[in-house]
Amino acid sequence: MRRSNWLYVPAGLTYLFLYLPIAVLVVMSFNAADTPYRLDGFGTAWYGKLFADRAVREGLVNTLIVAAGATALSTVLGTLLAVGLARYTRSKLLDAIAVAPAVLPDIVLAIGLLAFYTAVQFTLGRHSILLAHAVFGTAFVAAVVRTRLAHVDGSLEEASRDLGATPLSTFARITLPSLAPGIIAGALLAFSLSIDEFVIAFFTTGPDNPTLPIVIYSMVRFGVTPEINALATLLLAVSFTFVLIAQRLSRLTESI
Amino acid sequence: MTEPLVRIEAVSRRFGEIRALEQVSLEIRQGEFFALLGPSGCGKTTLLRILAGFEHPDSGSVTLDDADLLAVPPHRRPVNLMFQSYALFPHMNVAKNIAYGLEREHLPKAEIRERVDAVLATIGLTGLARRRPNQLSGGQRQRVALARAIVKRPRLLLLDEPLSALDKKVRAEMQLELKRLQHEVGITFVVVTHDQEEAMSLADRVAVLSEGRVRQIDAPVPLYERPADLFVADFIGANNLVTGMVGADGLQVPGVGVLPCPVPAAAVGRAATLAVRPERVRLGTEGGLAGVVRDVTFFGGTTRVAVDVTGLDRPLLATVAGATAVALGDKTRVDWSASDAMLLGND
Repeated sequence: MRRSNWLYVPAGLTYLFLYLPIAVLVVMSFNAADTPYRLDGFGTAWYGKLFADRAVREGLVNTLIVAAGATALSTVLGTLLAVGLARYTRSKLLDAIAVAPAVLPDIVLAIGLLAFYTAVQFTLGRHSILLAHAVFGTAFVAAVVRTRLAHVDGSLEEASRDLGATPLSTFARITLPSLAPGIIAGALLAFSLSIDEFVIAFFTTGPDNPTLPIVIYSMVRFGVTPEINALATLLLAVSFTFVLIAQRLSRLTESI
Repeated sequence: MTEPLVRIEAVSRRFGEIRALEQVSLEIRQGEFFALLGPSGCGKTTLLRILAGFEHPDSGSVTLDDADLLAVPPHRRPVNLMFQSYALFPHMNVAKNIAYGLEREHLPKAEIRERVDAVLATIGLTGLARRRPNQLSGGQRQRVALARAIVKRPRLLLLDEPLSALDKKVRAEMQLELKRLQHEVGITFVVVTHDQEEAMSLADRVAVLSEGRVRQIDAPVPLYERPADLFVADFIGANNLVTGMVGADGLQVPGVGVLPCPVPAAAVGRAATLAVRPERVRLGTEGGLAGVVRDVTFFGGTTRVAVDVTGLDRPLLATVAGATAVALGDKTRVDWSASDAMLLGND
């Protein structure tokens, strides 16, 4: 059948709709002048200015600490949760509850977490954001590892036991390696979600040590500068890379 | 005869309402090739998994070398299982897969290498030691799975539908290979299969299972010639089965007549089923039952003729040597010697 060429028109418009704002952002970040909405020459001055900004640097460090910690926690918990769910229960409800934090509206999770922290009189700071991010991170990792598990032949573990490996040795030598692509994909996903998460971080942050999205928000309140554009472009590059790697790994998952 | 290696006594296992195994008792002898044969859902795989340790019976006992096997966890049993899916570890190469079991025994590295090389030579895959499982053909994967199991030198090797995933030609080849290997390594083999030809050609003895019960345990020839009940008679090979009342001189079938068979005095007056193998049925012009040829299938060495006999709901099958002179629609007569038929109870 001949493909209708005119279908490229709406497709192209849709992509334009999706990526035009981002394209504008990236282009403007290389603006030479101090005009956030009009391109006046080309330069990387704003990137230099960005790196000189102490608030931004500290925000970046905070974000990386939170993201690394939340990723570590959610990778371990999410993997164990996925394996446990697959192995020890057939309950669809438990399954659904495990991944629900991934699809709950952020604002719900944010209010809930803040209410909880207040109720137990938990101090707020990087650690409270880290735990909050681990909540949805765990759900994402569990969901990704669960998908991977469905593709792994269950008799591999039995074969390992049969050949004389203890349950623990089987988990380390057979279960983990065969889940590795899923675990790595889940971790990357949790990391990239954490570094640009705003709503939950905003609710659960303390007086000091704001994460980068919060820093950006407070900068934007006094108007958008090309500096912000540069920062957003960098964040975009990082997120994009991570999502691509995660996607690549989960495709690998299906092919095995 | 050699003494039993495995004793299974009164083993039962239920899954909810389903009785996977009902009071199963059987013995597997040292060094024999034993087959568990039955249709899917007969409980044969459950029994295999009980022997491997992945399933536990609700009641009954299993001993190996007179020691309780059920108390031993799967990783400490001198029993190895070749999985139906082969279950090769995808992240390890062939040599690593085979060495896995030996490494778990913490054997010296040199001995492991030696034994892996030896078993690779036995199965004829020496050149493929560095390949990953996904770079192997179905037949090669099967050999690796087999090697991985026998390199442990188990007391008992279990094989779950070992040939089912192979195409026909490779299957025939592997069938011979399995038999040769079993002789060579002298390990007791237990194979689970739903394919009666496979069981009959591989095994020294076959246990026929149906609905969780053992129907008959016998060598292939007696299993074929003297089936213990109707199920076995129907399941093993082709058979003509006709139901009727036992009379003094044969089986009386209403609307057909009296069919020749040996009549035990105790059976007279009861309902029973007559079984006669197609190769015992003669086609001719005299005697027996009148019928019309409905189908002729030529197999090369033999020809199978299906004959419609008035009064019987299934056509009678006759296997004759070579080609046959009868054609579709011909009138013919069907006959057999009373001694070639047998009577089976209807329960």
